[in-house]
Amino acid sequence: MQSDILVWIDQNDGAVDPIAWEAVSAARSLVMQAGGQVVALVVGDGVEDLAQSAVQRGADRAIVASGSSLAGFRVRLYAAIVQRVVESESASVILIGASQAGQELAAYVSARLGTGLASDCVGLEAGAEGLVMTRPALIGNLVATARFADDGPNVITVRRRVFSSSEPDPQRMGEVTRVDAAVAEADDVTKIESYEAAMGEVSLTDSKVVVSGGRGVGGAEGFEPIRGLADAVGGAMGASRAAVDAGWIPYAHQVGQTGKTVQPDLYIACGISGAIQHLAGMKTSKVIVAINQDPDAPIFKHAHFGIVGDLFRYVPALTEALRERLGEGPSG
Amino acid sequence: MNIIALIKQVPDTAQLSPIVDGLQLMQNGQPRIVNPWDEYTLETAIQLKESHGGKVTVLCVGKPESVEALKTGLAMGADEAILISDDTLEGGDSLATARVLVKAIEKIGACDIVVGGRASIDDNHAATAVQVAALMDVPPISYVAELTVEPDAGHLKAVRLLETGRETVTTTLPAVVTVVKEINEPRYPTFIGIRKAANAEILMWTLVDLGLEAEEVGVSGSKLIRTGLEVPQAREATLELIEGAPGDAARTLAERLIEEQVI
Ligand SMILES: Cc1cc2nc3c(=O)[nH]c(=O)nc-3n(C[C@H](O)[C@H](O)[C@H](O)COP(=O)(O)OP(=O)(O)OC[C@H]3O[C@@H](n4cnc5c(N)ncnc54)[C@H](O)[C@@H]3O)c2cc1C
Ligand SMILES: Nc1ncnc2c1ncn2[C@@H]1O[C@H](COP(=O)(O)O)[C@@H](O)[C@H]1O
Repeated sequence: MQSDILVWIDQNDGAVDPIAWEAVSAARSLVMQAGGQVVALVVGDGVEDLAQSAVQRGADRAIVASGSSLAGFRVRLYAAIVQRVVESESASVILIGASQAGQELAAYVSARLGTGLASDCVGLEAGAEGLVMTRPALIGNLVATARFADDGPNVITVRRRVFSSSEPDPQRMGEVTRVDAAVAEADDVTKIESYEAAMGEVSLTDSKVVVSGGRGVGGAEGFEPIRGLADAVGGAMGASRAAVDAGWIPYAHQVGQTGKTVQPDLYIACGISGAIQHLAGMKTSKVIVAINQDPDAPIFKHAHFGIVGDLFRYVPALTEALRERLGEGPSG
Repeated sequence: MNIIALIKQVPDTAQLSPIVDGLQLMQNGQPRIVNPWDEYTLETAIQLKESHGGKVTVLCVGKPESVEALKTGLAMGADEAILISDDTLEGGDSLATARVLVKAIEKIGACDIVVGGRASIDDNHAATAVQVAALMDVPPISYVAELTVEPDAGHLKAVRLLETGRETVTTTLPAVVTVVKEINEPRYPTFIGIRKAANAEILMWTLVDLGLEAEEVGVSGSKLIRTGLEVPQAREATLELIEGAPGDAARTLAERLIEEQVI
């Protein structure tokens, strides 16, 4: 059976969330196995240009719904557009990056369509008997495999930084079609009043490097060396729940079971013991470094590199060593 | 105000150890806890009642032993608890569960606001509460870190904690909100609360009570079919300990990280 995969392009004010390109790549590898086309769906206000970008990233063609009511993500309006498009397209899968907006859209759309939803997938395989999805369960302590009962169109979300995106290919061409973007304001009574961007922070979930501090940093000022190291490598700053609960750093930085799940290339845990609930949020990081004064701390069982010692001596030293090796800024 | 809290009972991951893996925990499943995200669900619901009056009803779809989670809700201060339990409900996907929850909400009748958690730690759909909103055709407001409700005006205002910042939205009631940890600090049940909950009656509803057919729920009503569940292969993190004074150790580590191409 061959049919198309519709990929939602998550964007905010015209800035594409990198997870959208990861989703396009994931869809591309599925159609390579099973046939069909990758169809990008761009929804927003003044976002026509993104259709071409989606094609360059691997979509075969793109559909655009652009209109002023669609400025700012509002789940019910965006879901209405997805439903409208699904009616005229023969998609079997609606693929969405598992960003916060993506998770919400996927849940809403699947319920309105009455179809299947596999969220937060880390593996997609087009097998002889159809698509097989792999998803984490029990906060990463188990992996579940699943399939859909019928041809849907079913909804899939893919976890951030699991599927690698491809570089844009300026030679790639694809047809761009527009769909009616008109939505009645009455269709979504939710109004966005204001938005306050988290200033100057590198996004924890997108960053290739995360430097985290735990109870071992001892206080709010103890995060200074952590920030210093994060800045030196252009990374984001994370924290254990113990540090967040102590009020040393805002909750937005918490990594773990009741915080964020991160999967950077490099995770540096400083003064963090490695409780199972913390590991749940970071243990699939590519390389894990632990700096802890207790040689028996559980974090060392999951780390690739370890330093047993006082973080207040070793973290600044590492910052300096990396600044020396990398020059002024991060090498990228 | 009629407030409905959706909570789930899940395995207690604090019991995981080198001898007890996730599969054993899922299967024998004791002890179990209130899904950690739903502690915030309960606290939010109870605070809404404390500010505006009314009634908190806690709803759970689960096995009979989920009464324990409901008792925790009552002990914290909820007024009524309903367990929807039926063999045919086993193995349902998030939409099948949402369908059951919506029927139960309809049966309860009056509902101004539904509160749910961000995700369940066992199934991790991060979807059920939003699907409840979709089926009820009311607005879902997710990732809520601050909430102000004006029941008389039929209106709510919420600050949503997003990946890139904080968004303030308003919407009308009824609505379904899902909350994140930042919203509050869940209370511990008081001694009196626990005693009251121990004696409280927990309503038990089945499919028949909700007028649902077996084909609409559980595995037969699900579009997502689980085919396997296993412990992930332990990845080999062979620890390389780096020793020496701070300056030397830091230079060695910097070198190794550059070799590994992770910075
Ligand atoms: C339901 C539930 C959900 C949870 N969710 C989360 C979550 O999302 N994220 C999370 O992180 N936790 C979570 N926890 C908490 C978790 O169980 C741990 O309590 C927490 O992770 C411990 O944080 P920590 O490692 O910073 O502190 P500790 O366990 O106290 O460890 C501090 C470490 O710092 C080291 N140290 C101290 N001083 C120094 C120094 N000067 N130099 C170097 N090392 C030093 C110590 O040796 C120790 O190993 C949750 C718990 C529960 C029950
Ligand atoms: N079986 C259930 N009974 C009651 N509420 C549930 C159930 N499953 C999920 N929920 C609610 O939906 C939220 C998200 O769960 P999930 O979609 O399973 O990740 C939870 O935090 C609960 O508020």
